[in-house]
Amino acid sequence: MDVLTLLADGMLLSLQPLNLAMILIGVTVGLFIGAMPGLGSVNGVAILLPVTFLVPPGSAIIFLAAIYYGAMYGGAVSSITLGIPGASTAVATTFDGRPLARQGRASLALVTAALASFVGGSVANILFTLFAPVLASVALSFGPPEVFALMLLAFATFVGLGGDDIPKTIFSICFGLVLGAIGFDQISGAPRLVLFDYNGFLQGIGFLVLAIGVYGIGEMLWTIEQTRGDVESNTPKMSIKGMAVDTKEAAKRGWRGTMIGSFLGFFVGVLPAAGATPGSLMSYGVTKMLSRKPDEFGKGAPDGVAAPEAANNSASTGSMLPMLTLGIPGSPTTAILLGGMVIWGLVPGPRLFVDEQEFVWGLIGSFYISNAAALLINLAFIPVFIWMLRMPFTILAPMIFVLSIAGGYAATRDMFDIWLMVVFGIGAFFLRKFDYPLAPAVLAIVLGPIAEPTLRQSLLLSSGDPSIFFTRPIAGPITIVALVLIFLPAVKLLRRGLGRRRKRPAQ
Amino acid sequence: MKITKRMFMSIVGASLLAPAPMQALADGWTPRKPIDFVIMAGPGGGADQIARFVQSVAEKKDLTNRPLVPNNKGGGSGAEALIHVSNANDPDHTILVTLNSFFTTPLRQANLGIDVQKFTPIAMMGVDPFVLWVHKDSGITTMDEYVAKVKEMGGEYVMGGTGAGQEDSIVIAYMSDAYDLDIKYIPYDGGGAVAKDLAGQQIMATVNNPAEAKGFYEAGDFVPLLAFSDERMPAYPDVPTIKEMGHDFSYYNQRAVVGAPGMSDEAAAYYQDVFTQIYESDEWQGYLEAESLSPLWMNADEQRDYWALQVENHKTLLTALGE
Repeated sequence: MDVLTLLADGMLLSLQPLNLAMILIGVTVGLFIGAMPGLGSVNGVAILLPVTFLVPPGSAIIFLAAIYYGAMYGGAVSSITLGIPGASTAVATTFDGRPLARQGRASLALVTAALASFVGGSVANILFTLFAPVLASVALSFGPPEVFALMLLAFATFVGLGGDDIPKTIFSICFGLVLGAIGFDQISGAPRLVLFDYNGFLQGIGFLVLAIGVYGIGEMLWTIEQTRGDVESNTPKMSIKGMAVDTKEAAKRGWRGTMIGSFLGFFVGVLPAAGATPGSLMSYGVTKMLSRKPDEFGKGAPDGVAAPEAANNSASTGSMLPMLTLGIPGSPTTAILLGGMVIWGLVPGPRLFVDEQEFVWGLIGSFYISNAAALLINLAFIPVFIWMLRMPFTILAPMIFVLSIAGGYAATRDMFDIWLMVVFGIGAFFLRKFDYPLAPAVLAIVLGPIAEPTLRQSLLLSSGDPSIFFTRPIAGPITIVALVLIFLPAVKLLRRGLGRRRKRPAQ
Repeated sequence: MKITKRMFMSIVGASLLAPAPMQALADGWTPRKPIDFVIMAGPGGGADQIARFVQSVAEKKDLTNRPLVPNNKGGGSGAEALIHVSNANDPDHTILVTLNSFFTTPLRQANLGIDVQKFTPIAMMGVDPFVLWVHKDSGITTMDEYVAKVKEMGGEYVMGGTGAGQEDSIVIAYMSDAYDLDIKYIPYDGGGAVAKDLAGQQIMATVNNPAEAKGFYEAGDFVPLLAFSDERMPAYPDVPTIKEMGHDFSYYNQRAVVGAPGMSDEAAAYYQDVFTQIYESDEWQGYLEAESLSPLWMNADEQRDYWALQVENHKTLLTALGE
């Protein structure tokens, strides 16, 4: 077992005092950076990159990977407690995490998120250890048609996301797609939908700006309107015993989402085009679709917290894979890690696993240790996070507003985005009043900009022949499954209608 | 011969630095807040790799008292970045890492109203050559075999690149014209994605910078067929240039740093000093050599002349391509 020896050496390396200290500091810093709205792993890694020049390269990348891990855990915290997505990777966590918190079950949501993150990270680490070279070639076999088929599948799972109101869901998806099309077109390079000739629209609508507007500001407006400011603060009690009970419940009601998120998230993370945000959204959709009680989703289902949290941790390990083996970053954060590695004199790419064995396995070993450390540190901080919820709403609401604004500004440092965010918040409030589901629009703005260029690239490849999506060995089955899922509700509806008509004459 | 030219160019580069009177001026002005370090391309490609590398050198050597904050704005072949920097409300804290779309995008999209001469010259860090790559499984090892294969495919030969009017598309268009080839061109959002899809054989050939393809070349996956540099590259001594093949053409991507329009002279002097130090660092000189870039150091006036020349060259090239 060559791999296991290498891994054991790697773990020993990451348990050396300096490296272990790097892991503990990195995870803790990452946890808080992730918990700050607007600041995610990208910012954390970018800000702290200079610090790493003080230590040897091996320890430096371990430190950055630990921040990455910590931030993935931390993103869930503000999603759950405040309803503001802590990072784009934790947007899907608000869907069910926030309702749970409002029911006074924030501790259940936080424990579920921590456990799911741990399992997601562990599954990804094991897959990474055993199958890295194989998975790298799988990533390469995904060309434009395959990526488009996968995006189609993701949309298919989300048609079911908006409950039974399929027309409203489709409207919401289309709305998101249009927003996603704003900015420069990748294929022709021409600007599109530059509304009112504002230059701010040229860079496209930032996903985090939309998500913070919709979930941070929109949610706050909604709460104020529903309660007229009179929010009964349900003070959740925290105790070791309570946490043990929550752990049991989290395991019982969140295991499905955790498993789906762990595997799907990893796979999506490995594809260089995608990364942790699409991975977490897709896992949420698939978990809901496969659940026996899809009605619970959006109202506080632990599975709905577990799936995106397992997926974003799993995907962040997954996206290291194309970076290390192909030299191509799978996410913005890994792009920064890549820059760091180059300056340390390590060249990511096909040769890295051969030339720099000690470094690679030290890094993989540190993933295992970081993951365990992140779980323990996160669980220890849960009482602190819960404490925030005990504040009266009259204090919490302005705080959410300020954090949303600061978070929106931090992402791009552009005032235009703040106005846009406020508009999205107000728009989301009205859409919600008219019962339009918002999650599909959020998904569409993330996946649209991946789906559109790959669709057009595929059609260029085939000279405009759509059969390219059916005839390729990987794209074909995915496309067919996606189409079946899209048309399944229509078929069901039709059958129900026919059934009723048949019954009537009999009566 | 080639090595001596490289050495000669670096000596010229070094001698140009020596009399530069920047040091004295730079004492006066220092940044008061983080510097918006705009990159004209998406993450992962050649321009982004260089920007990250330069930022790392600045951090490592502690050259700036405020951090350079990388900001990828690759939309619209760099138009997004050009507009962002042109409209910067604080030109003293806004600098841009450029490639040749600095010249081509304002030419192709005249309605953007960008005049490159309004930007502030800071540093020319080097020029990056282009190479034609195929996958080893194609069995193609020479330019003759490549030309034969493309002709045999009759318009179905697929190449990837970073978009119409971008550097690689200019090179591909010239090559197609010179060899009478009919190529299907698929645009991607960056050189990294292009290289990945050649490695996965989703496309059949690319014109990538050596930096983008090097990992796959060293692993034996990519085969270089033709270089678009003036002379053979030291790292690829067996790869013929298109000039040797009888076509008088060479094309390089500029790797330059420019300041926002309206930047004060003091701020410009500060950045010129910082990037001179980065240029002279062992790290950057090592990068130039490892990634096959050619040094092409210029002072501020020479950079402006170079811009004017490049705008004219690209006008001719784009017109010839029917853009």
